[in-house]
Amino acid sequence: MLKLELRNVVKRFGENTVCNGISLGVEQGQMVCLIGASGAGKSTVLRCINLLEPIEDGEIFLDEEDISIPGLNPQNVRSKIGMVFQNFNLFPHMTAFENAILAPKRIRGLSKVDLNAEIEMLFERFELTERMHNYPDQLSGGQQQRVAIVRALAMKPEVMLFDEITSALDPQLVGEVLDVLLQLKAQGMTMVLATHEMQFARQAADKICFLKDGKVVEEGTAKEIFNTPKQAETKAFLERALK
Amino acid sequence: MPKYKAAGMTRRELYEHQQRRRSLIIAGISTICVVVTIIFLVPLAPGWEKVQKSFFNGAVLTKTFPKLLDAFRVNIMIFAWSAPAIAILGLMIALARDAKSPALFPLRIFGAAFTDIFRGVPVILTVYLIGFGIPGLGLPRPWNSPFIWGSLALILTYSAYVAEIFRAGIDSVHPSQRSAALSLGLSERQVMKDVILPQAIRNVVPSQMNMLIALQKDVSLLSFIGPVEIFRQAGVYKSLFANFTPYVGAAIIFLIVTIPATRYADYLMARQMRERR
Ligand SMILES: Nc1ncnc2c1ncn2[C@@H]1O[C@H](COP(=O)(O)OP(=O)(O)OP(=O)(O)O)[C@@H](O)[C@H]1O
Ligand SMILES: [Mg+2]
Repeated sequence: MLKLELRNVVKRFGENTVCNGISLGVEQGQMVCLIGASGAGKSTVLRCINLLEPIEDGEIFLDEEDISIPGLNPQNVRSKIGMVFQNFNLFPHMTAFENAILAPKRIRGLSKVDLNAEIEMLFERFELTERMHNYPDQLSGGQQQRVAIVRALAMKPEVMLFDEITSALDPQLVGEVLDVLLQLKAQGMTMVLATHEMQFARQAADKICFLKDGKVVEEGTAKEIFNTPKQAETKAFLERALK
Repeated sequence: MPKYKAAGMTRRELYEHQQRRRSLIIAGISTICVVVTIIFLVPLAPGWEKVQKSFFNGAVLTKTFPKLLDAFRVNIMIFAWSAPAIAILGLMIALARDAKSPALFPLRIFGAAFTDIFRGVPVILTVYLIGFGIPGLGLPRPWNSPFIWGSLALILTYSAYVAEIFRAGIDSVHPSQRSAALSLGLSERQVMKDVILPQAIRNVVPSQMNMLIALQKDVSLLSFIGPVEIFRQAGVYKSLFANFTPYVGAAIIFLIVTIPATRYADYLMARQMRERR
């Protein structure tokens, strides 16, 4: 049984077809990496999964339930699927802790004491306790991104989407954020990443999808994609991406 | 030992220190020159003596100033209840104009019409129409008070402007904030209330400060429909003493309030510009 499945998803912005029949399956606990050139549609796929963008055609299933039915209230789905963005998108007028507790406080209906304790635990787990009451602009990029991950995790999502979450970071800060991803993988989180970090994808991904012009050109294990790519386009992309 | 070492400064600091002192001296001298010229030249004008007597009459000023201050309390009162009403109504209009749900479509139309009408009519006309028109319906006391209807006219007019500023503030919050908030499962309403509005309001504080200053001055327009506030009071004294000095006194009282407020708004504006960069 697939945790998450896309079937022939089509997404257009006006005349521009950004997803041209994308199909993708993610098993429980898998880490799937989407790779591809800029503009291939990686971010758009993730935004569609989280229902931030309505799709023109095709279906998206979460636990074999169609979540892409037009008119469905997206809130329930979104609270089951966490998303982390390239530019962190923390709320600048709230402390790290307030950022994390906002949505659970509004939606999950726990007592304040229980919730506070739970969020504090999350900050502790990701070694952010000391930074908990700082505002985003008082944090380093790496810390901000880890807070953004904590904020998404605070909703206890079943699936996490990561959109190039290390692209806006100084090179020396990338490691601490990638470590968090490994930690989540070890704990069995189901994850979909759009990434330019080829070495990371090679080491950590259970499955890699190469996207080009809104289509999945090739998919397979890291070994298959990196060592024996079948498509010429995949080969060409990897040659460029790996220098 | 060089001089700058003795003064405990680096070479560059000493240089900048000297430069600053030079600029201060030049600025001081040129200001004195201008002031002196004015003091000597203006009295040479043929009508100066008459103007001085009828606009800058010390005796009249000391006699009327306390009473003018008293009358200014009326301005402050009207300002004090209008300003919060304007903030609330302005915000509501702004939200109504951005409402997405089709059920709220009438609200959107209403919001648009409201801002168009009240920004399109001179304030004084609105004050006249509402201030004379509604009490003209023959309402019983206290509902025929010009205070109420005059304030309402100000509230309506200023809400229209304030609403537009709030809308600009809402637009100034980057869409990625909305995406992030929605992705957590928050509803549109919660996103607006918890994420967008706090940032939007903070972004427009300096502009709204300027609206407050303008409102403080426009309260005087109510004098045309009855309330004896400072401008009207000054008019009474002008007739009594056959002298314009009370108007100058009123202007001074306004400036005492508005100059610090304007400075503060400018300071907030400048700080915001710095933060943006
Ligand atoms: N909101 C939008 N409106 C119109 N066009 C859009 C919008 N979002 C994305 N696009 C277009 O969709 C295409 C795919 O964009 P997308 O951001 O998904 O690519 P990507 O693979 O994530 O690229 P990158 O590696 O640069 O992040 C691009 O051509 C882009 O211009
Ligand atoms: Mg992208």
